[in-house]
Amino acid sequence: MAASSSATTPLLRVRAVQKSFGSTHVLRGIDLEVARGEVVSIIGPSGGGKTTLLRCVNFLEPYDQGSIAIDGVEVGYRGDETRKRRSERDLARMRAETGMVFQLFNLFPHLTALQNITLGLTKVRGLGRAEAKDKAMHWLGRVGLTDKADRLPSELSGGQQQRVGIARAVAMEPKILLLDEITSALDPELIGEVLDVVLSLAAEGMTMLTVTHEIGFARDASQRIVFMAEGTISAEGPPAEIFSANQSNERLRSFLARFSAAHRL
Amino acid sequence: MGYVLNFTLIWRHFDKLWSGLILSLELAVLSIGIGCIIGLALAILYVSGGRILRSLIAAYVEVIRNVPLILLVYLVFYGIPTVFDFAYSNTTSFVVTLSAYAGAYLVEVFRAGLDAVPRGLIDAGKAIGLTPFQRLVHVRLPTMLRIALPALSNTFVSLFKDTSVASVIAVPELTYGAQWINFNTFRIMEVYLVVTGLYLVTGYAILIGLRALERRYAIGR
Amino acid sequence: MLDQIAYAIPFLLPGLLVTIEVSLITVAVSTVIGIVLGVGLVYGPAALRWPIRGFSDIIRGIPILVLLFFVYYGLPLTGLNLQSFAAAVLGLTIFKIAQVIEYVRGAIETVPRGQMDAAKAIGLPFHERFFYVIAPQAVRRFLPPWLNGVTDAVKGSALISLLGVGDLLFGIQKVVARTYDPLALYCFGALLYFVMNYALSIASRALERRFSYIRE
Repeated sequence: MAASSSATTPLLRVRAVQKSFGSTHVLRGIDLEVARGEVVSIIGPSGGGKTTLLRCVNFLEPYDQGSIAIDGVEVGYRGDETRKRRSERDLARMRAETGMVFQLFNLFPHLTALQNITLGLTKVRGLGRAEAKDKAMHWLGRVGLTDKADRLPSELSGGQQQRVGIARAVAMEPKILLLDEITSALDPELIGEVLDVVLSLAAEGMTMLTVTHEIGFARDASQRIVFMAEGTISAEGPPAEIFSANQSNERLRSFLARFSAAHRL
Repeated sequence: MGYVLNFTLIWRHFDKLWSGLILSLELAVLSIGIGCIIGLALAILYVSGGRILRSLIAAYVEVIRNVPLILLVYLVFYGIPTVFDFAYSNTTSFVVTLSAYAGAYLVEVFRAGLDAVPRGLIDAGKAIGLTPFQRLVHVRLPTMLRIALPALSNTFVSLFKDTSVASVIAVPELTYGAQWINFNTFRIMEVYLVVTGLYLVTGYAILIGLRALERRYAIGR
Repeated sequence: MLDQIAYAIPFLLPGLLVTIEVSLITVAVSTVIGIVLGVGLVYGPAALRWPIRGFSDIIRGIPILVLLFFVYYGLPLTGLNLQSFAAAVLGLTIFKIAQVIEYVRGAIETVPRGQMDAAKAIGLPFHERFFYVIAPQAVRRFLPPWLNGVTDAVKGSALISLLGVGDLLFGIQKVVARTYDPLALYCFGALLYFVMNYALSIASRALERRFSYIRE
C-alpha cells in the first residue's frame, strides 16, 4: 500500500465504477473525487444508484469494475495487477478509516448508547476501557446526549438514535464520513436536531459524502452537489450552479421541479 | 363414578416423586447445557461453513428430528454398548441421548436466530471496522440470543418434559417414580394427579422465569 | 446385518401399519375437535374460553407419556374400560387436540384486527366473517405448525408400545428380544421412522407452497 497523502491527491477517488445486481446495471461508470475537508452531497431520484455508490466506498457492496481509493489506497481490491479481493482483516482495517451513518440508524440493540460508541474504539482502535469511555462521552456531549449514555437504543427517539449513530461513526476519527439518507426515516420535527450536528461537523472541516433528500440541507452544507440518475452522474457543481433557475440539464431540472412541488420548497 | 380418591399412600412414598423430580430437573439442565453447546457450535459452523459441512449438519438435524426420542433412547442404551466395548449407566446414556436430541433442535433455533439478525446491524459492524470474528462475537451472537429467546424458552420447557422418556430405561426420574407407585400401591389416579401437578408447576415455573428473562432482554424484530 | 433385517420385516410390517393407523386417527380426530375448540377459545364467551384455556395449558404442560399412563392405567378405575389400542389413541388424541387449539389460536391472532372490523362494516354475520374473511387468511399460519405436528404425532405414537400396542416400535422390540441384535434393529427402525417422517415433511413443504399465495 503506497499511501500518498500529499495535499494534491483527492481524499476519495472513484474511477469508472460499475456495479450490477443480477441484470440490473446500477452503477454505469462513476467518476467522482472528494477533496480533504470537502462536503459533497449526492441527490437524485430513488433507484438512481446513490446509496449503492456510497456502500461501495466502504465496500459494504463489492463493485464489479473500476477503482475506489481513499487517501491513495485501493478499497476492497488490492491495488496491484491481480485485483484480488482484500482479506476480511484488511477490509475491516480499511473500513475503520471511513465512518458511516445509516438511514435506519442500525444501532446495536443490545448495547447502550455509550457501548455502541466504545465497541469500535476498544475492539478496532484498541483503546483502553477508560480512554474509550472518555472519548465516547465527549462525542455524546457533542451530539447533546450526555444524559442518555446508559440508555438502550429502544429507549431513545429516532432523532436521538441517529445522533448516537453519528457519534459512533465520528468517534472512530474516520478520514471521511458517509451519510446515507440519515434523516429519511425520521419524523419531520426530529430532522433538524440531526442536521444541526452534521452542519457543525462540516464547519469543523470533516470530509463528508452524503446521500440526501434534504435539498435545503444539501444546498447549505455542501461545497458540491452531484446529481445521479440511472446509474450515472448526470450533473455536478457547486450548489448555486446546480440549483440555479437556468439549469441546462433537462433531467436535473425536472427532478428539482417535481421535488420542490412535492416539498413546497 | 364410585371411585374415592385417597392420597395417603402417595404422601407416604412422596420421597420417590420428589427425588424423581430433582433428577428430572438435573437431566434437563445437563442435557440442555450440552445441547446448547452442540447447537451453538453447529449453528455457527452452518452459517459460516461450506456446502459439505452444511449438508452434514442438516443431516444430523433431520435424522434426530424425524426419529422418536424413545427409539433414540433404546438405540443409545441397548444398541451402542453391544458394538463398542464400553458400558454406561442408564442415566449417563439418557443424558447422552437427550443432549444429542436437544442439540438438533437447538441448532435450528440458533440458526434461525442468526438468520434473523438484521443485515443493517452487520453492516454497521463492518462500517466501524470489526473483523468477521468480532462481528460474530459482539454483534451477531448477542443479537441472535435476544431474538431467539422466546423459541429457546419453549424448547427448554419441552426438553424438560422429554426427560419423562428416561423412565423407559429405568432412570428413577419423576415418571419412573409415578410408575413405581402405580404398580406398588395401585393408587393410580392419585399418583398421576400428583405427578401431573408436579410437572405443571415445575414446567410453568421454568416458563415464567424464562419469560421474565425475555421481557428483560428480548428485542423486537 | 442384512439377514437380520430380512428376518425382521415380517414382524415389523403389521407394526408399521398400526403406527400409520394410530397416527391417522389421532391427526384426523384432533384436527376436527381442535379447530372447533380453538375457534371457541378465540371467539367464545368466557364460560367457554376458560375451560378450553385450562384444558390446553394443562395438557400441553405434562409429558405425553404421563398422559398416556394416566389414560391407560387410570381410566379403568372410573369404570371406563379401554383396550390398550383405544387408550393409546385416546391419550395421543387428547394431547394433539391441545396442540391444534394453540395452532388455531395463533393463526387467527395473526390476522389483523382491521379485517374483522372491515367484515363487520360491510354487514357480514359472524359465521360469514369467519369463513370468508378470517379463515382463508389464517390457514396460511395454521398449516406450517399443523404439518409439523403430523410428524410429531408419528413420533409420539412410538410411546404407545409401552402400553402394549403392537406398533412399529413394539415390533422392533419383539425382534430384538429374539435376535439380540439391538443396534442393527434400532437403526433400521430409526430409518423406517425417518423415511416416513421425512416424506411427510417434504409433502408438507409442497403443501405450504401451495398456500403461500396469501401474503403476509
